[in-house]
Amino acid sequence: MATTEKMTLNMGPQHPSTHGVLRLVLELDGEVITKITPDIGYLHRGVEKLSEHRTYHQTIPLTDRLDYLAPMSNNLGYVLAVEKLLAIEVPERAQTIRVIMAEMTRLQSHLVWLACHALDIGAMTVFIYAFREREVVMETYELISGARMTSNFFRVGGLSMDVPAEFEKKVRDFVESMPAYLDQYEGLLTTNPIWVKRTVGNGVISAEDAIDFGITGPALRGSGVDWDLRRDNPYSGYEKYKFKVPVGENCDTFDRYKVRLVEMREACKIITQALNSLKPGPVLADCPQVCYPPKENVYNSIEGLIHHFKIASEGFPVPEGEVYQGVEATKGELGYYIVSDGGNKPYRMRIRPPSFVNLQAIEKMSVGSMIADLVAIIGTLDIVLGEIDR
Amino acid sequence: MAENNRAVLKLKEKFAASIIDVVEFRGEVTVTVNKDDIIAILSYLKQSLQYNLLTDVTAVDYLGKRADRFMVVYQLYSIPQKDRLRIKAPVAEADSRIQSATQVWKTANWLEREVYDLFGITFENHPDLRRILMTPDWEGHPLRKDYPLQGPGREPYKGRLS
Repeated sequence: MATTEKMTLNMGPQHPSTHGVLRLVLELDGEVITKITPDIGYLHRGVEKLSEHRTYHQTIPLTDRLDYLAPMSNNLGYVLAVEKLLAIEVPERAQTIRVIMAEMTRLQSHLVWLACHALDIGAMTVFIYAFREREVVMETYELISGARMTSNFFRVGGLSMDVPAEFEKKVRDFVESMPAYLDQYEGLLTTNPIWVKRTVGNGVISAEDAIDFGITGPALRGSGVDWDLRRDNPYSGYEKYKFKVPVGENCDTFDRYKVRLVEMREACKIITQALNSLKPGPVLADCPQVCYPPKENVYNSIEGLIHHFKIASEGFPVPEGEVYQGVEATKGELGYYIVSDGGNKPYRMRIRPPSFVNLQAIEKMSVGSMIADLVAIIGTLDIVLGEIDR
Repeated sequence: MAENNRAVLKLKEKFAASIIDVVEFRGEVTVTVNKDDIIAILSYLKQSLQYNLLTDVTAVDYLGKRADRFMVVYQLYSIPQKDRLRIKAPVAEADSRIQSATQVWKTANWLEREVYDLFGITFENHPDLRRILMTPDWEGHPLRKDYPLQGPGREPYKGRLS
């Protein structure tokens, strides 16, 4: 008599569609998934431990390396948390440039998500197109910070330097061209029968379950929960901009795809509004105990040099207390919980990683579906292992 | 003020005996409670006060600073009311155990596993309490303050670390 037994299959950590070093141990009944055990930690670098041994400014480059597809969102959450502890006000120009760069980062991160998600399901063309547009964001990064990925551009109190003159035109040209490119992607995917067959009804998670699993960001909005930190608990001047928060209805991969595409269009609108309101002014708070002096002072006067040296080597003391700052990062709510004991280093810094929490729901979303659909579910969760493992 | 916070008012009514401290700092309200009532308080906040999203569970090691070495921290958020609340519960080193919040929120599962992995705090009634970031055979808990930055059994770093 023929018998069937369950098969255990190892997927990852070296697998092209696990987006990094994610390992999934699958239990299969034929082609149907009956159990998933994710195994993470391959990229654990101890960022939280390291930050306890570094001054507040020295931690900023570590945050670049969390979600390496969205470095400026990570920087933003961190500097906002430290500024909250210090209770310092950031100049308007710095806030506006932060918003522009956070939204550029959202575009870039969503472009990579779209490219890889489509490639995983078999749409090669979109991958090439989306990376072409992403290149412009990388060039903008390079223009203002000198680095394409690990930007390290924001500082506690503002920005590391003002943006160059050509920045405005470059960003404006980019956001003006983006809607046409988005139409192009949608033309390739939204009504494409293969895309629709692979994504509609795939990875369904109800709103109640999504909240129970702590899912945040576009993945939660895809399940129909109308909640966006930028609108509901605004930071860095987001209350000044008008934008729509898209929500899905069917809680599936297709709706999450639509939500992210609308988010990209809305990001372009936010950037345009921010560019229109950008006025000349200082980009660093007037707070010499905390902020670096202007570069011309450092190079031309002994006081400026000493000031720079003191901030760079000793850092600055931060009042005793604890704060939590959440930002709507590209993957969901990215939170920084910092406990200060009054010294120049965080006593404890906790990073609340959106990808880590969202990944937990993978079992709920994929048990009962075919193994080939798992690839689409990993894609739609939009995880980055640098952030999961920290 | 913290006294007028909607959650603090209700908690003082219902759980007056287990509240240790209420603090407001930079507009954020923190309520420190006794760890024995943590599940009752968290479920009450979820069911009756609409704190439906458990954003984070973490811990802080106050080695040599406080009588109870660890502090377990829960960050709550209310999607309908759009406000935050932080609940903390002290946990002593000699009895480093606390009830698991997985019975209230599923998201607590991995978050508590991480606290167990990096701090060595045991969550009772947790469905799957294993290490999550470190390897299963790892010794020690890296985020404890007495755990060396370089890892155990290694020469301390001689260069400058700020």
